[in-house]
Amino acid sequence: MQLKAENISFRYTDDGPFVLKDITLEVNSGERVGIVAPSGYGKSTLAKILSGYRLPEEGKVLLDGKPLPMTGYCPVQMVYQHPEQAVNPRHRMDKILNEAWQPDDELLRKMGIEKSWLTRWPSELSGGELQRFCIARVLGPETKFLICDEITTMLDVITQAQIWHLLMEISEERNLGMMIITHNMSLAKRVCTRIVDLTKLNNVHSHTHTHIHDHEHGDEDHVH
Amino acid sequence: MSTHTHTHTDKKRFEFNRKTFVTMMVIFAVVYLVGVGIWGLFMDPESYAVNYDAKFVSPNFDHPFGTDFMGRDMFSRCIKALSNSLIIGVLASLFSSFIALFMGVASAVFGGWVDKFVNWCVDLCQGLPHLVLLILISFMLGKGVNGVTLAVIFTHWPSLTRIVRAEVMQVRSSQYVQAAYKMGKTKWQVAATHILPHVIPSYVIGLILLFPHAIMHEASVTFLGFGLPKEMPAIGVILSESMDYLATGKWWLAVFPGLMLLVAVVLFDVIGDNLKKLWNPQSGNE
Ligand SMILES: Nc1ncnc2c1ncn2[C@@H]1O[C@H](COP(=O)(O)OP(=O)(O)OP(=O)(O)O)[C@@H](O)[C@H]1O
Ligand SMILES: [Mg+2]
Repeated sequence: MQLKAENISFRYTDDGPFVLKDITLEVNSGERVGIVAPSGYGKSTLAKILSGYRLPEEGKVLLDGKPLPMTGYCPVQMVYQHPEQAVNPRHRMDKILNEAWQPDDELLRKMGIEKSWLTRWPSELSGGELQRFCIARVLGPETKFLICDEITTMLDVITQAQIWHLLMEISEERNLGMMIITHNMSLAKRVCTRIVDLTKLNNVHSHTHTHIHDHEHGDEDHVH
Repeated sequence: MSTHTHTHTDKKRFEFNRKTFVTMMVIFAVVYLVGVGIWGLFMDPESYAVNYDAKFVSPNFDHPFGTDFMGRDMFSRCIKALSNSLIIGVLASLFSSFIALFMGVASAVFGGWVDKFVNWCVDLCQGLPHLVLLILISFMLGKGVNGVTLAVIFTHWPSLTRIVRAEVMQVRSSQYVQAAYKMGKTKWQVAATHILPHVIPSYVIGLILLFPHAIMHEASVTFLGFGLPKEMPAIGVILSESMDYLATGKWWLAVFPGLMLLVAVVLFDVIGDNLKKLWNPQSGNE
């Protein structure tokens, strides 16, 4: 299968600046594509568009040539940067975990999810512990592509390694396509089969940059 | 209670005690208010009948709250009056809260001009002084039980509308609701598992905190003569009658009914505030 972004442009407000401009990018099943770019370059925005959380202003997101389904289980799932916002604080962990499917004990063990956590409330778990639930709950058999937006940023090195090891294993086993957004270049090199630099792909920042430079020059003029 | 690890036992025991205390307060307040409401509802009118032989008796064993200028027992009359006020207040608040629920949800769900219109209505209602609006509506509707009840209904929805609207908006845009849609949940499933459980606690607390307002405003409008009729036992009526005799030292005519109204209002606040503590998602919501 192939997940493709075709000439995507996006901005948050009708008259605001473009955050993404004319992006074309594809991820194939079994591929792990790393996306790197400095903060504010629209990585998270791209993730939201590819997983169908937001619609692009121009261009299309295609899954095997067809648009993403608007209802039913979406084959493209996303794991968020902030797990505490991604779970309902009024639900217990078992309800959260089983919202879409019933992960088996084997997966829970591999994810490092302890049985005793299942009866707790989200506020009683750490960010890293919560994130494991957020990952596990979207690893159902219907998931064909997984978009990971800085999912291990708040975890310690050992947990990070554990989770990436597992995700690599699953992606190979199930031929899952992944898009991995990270600031950590060495992580990207170890985990990804291909790395894309969004700064080169995104045509918006050429002029945003001149804008910033103009400002800097303006300031310098004052100083000198 | 949920299962706890051993390290948390002490904290949880404290938590448990606090929870029990808060629950007891709520139960006490509810029992008192419901008790007074029912007692008054089924009270024999004979118990506050006119008796010119016992005018202006100051508080004693037979008449704990004394008697008034027609020799009516003030204790029974106060209970009946408070009961009337409670029933009218609760009914009016309920209907008012339905308006709020409807307007708030519509405003958040449809957005656009619906949202603008609802906000405009809210601003308009909140912009005018509450009491003036109440008196106007009650007067236009011919005063009496209908007038004052409808006036209370039509003036008390704005604050709750705001709360409901904000809650629905917040939960709708939350990541976990959006994620639920992506996990194939339908609108109805999301409404039932995420949205309603999020909105209902605030709605119920808002409704409970609406009761004292409704009761106070009903009493005020009645006190000023634009509400419940003179012949009906009502706190507002009793207080306005007592004004004529206060200067002559008949203090009990105003003090006891006033206190009863105050206690009822405070107890509603107690219920609302404590439920807020109990339903805080951090402490779990069983
Ligand atoms: N909801 C929003 N409304 C308006 N602007 C937004 C919104 N979310 C992000 N932006 C803007 O869009 C741009 C790209 O944001 P985005 O979150 O996609 O960056 P990012 O590459 O993920 O950054 P980071 O590495 O810090 O996570 C930023 O300039 C940001 O201010
Ligand atoms: Mg981001």
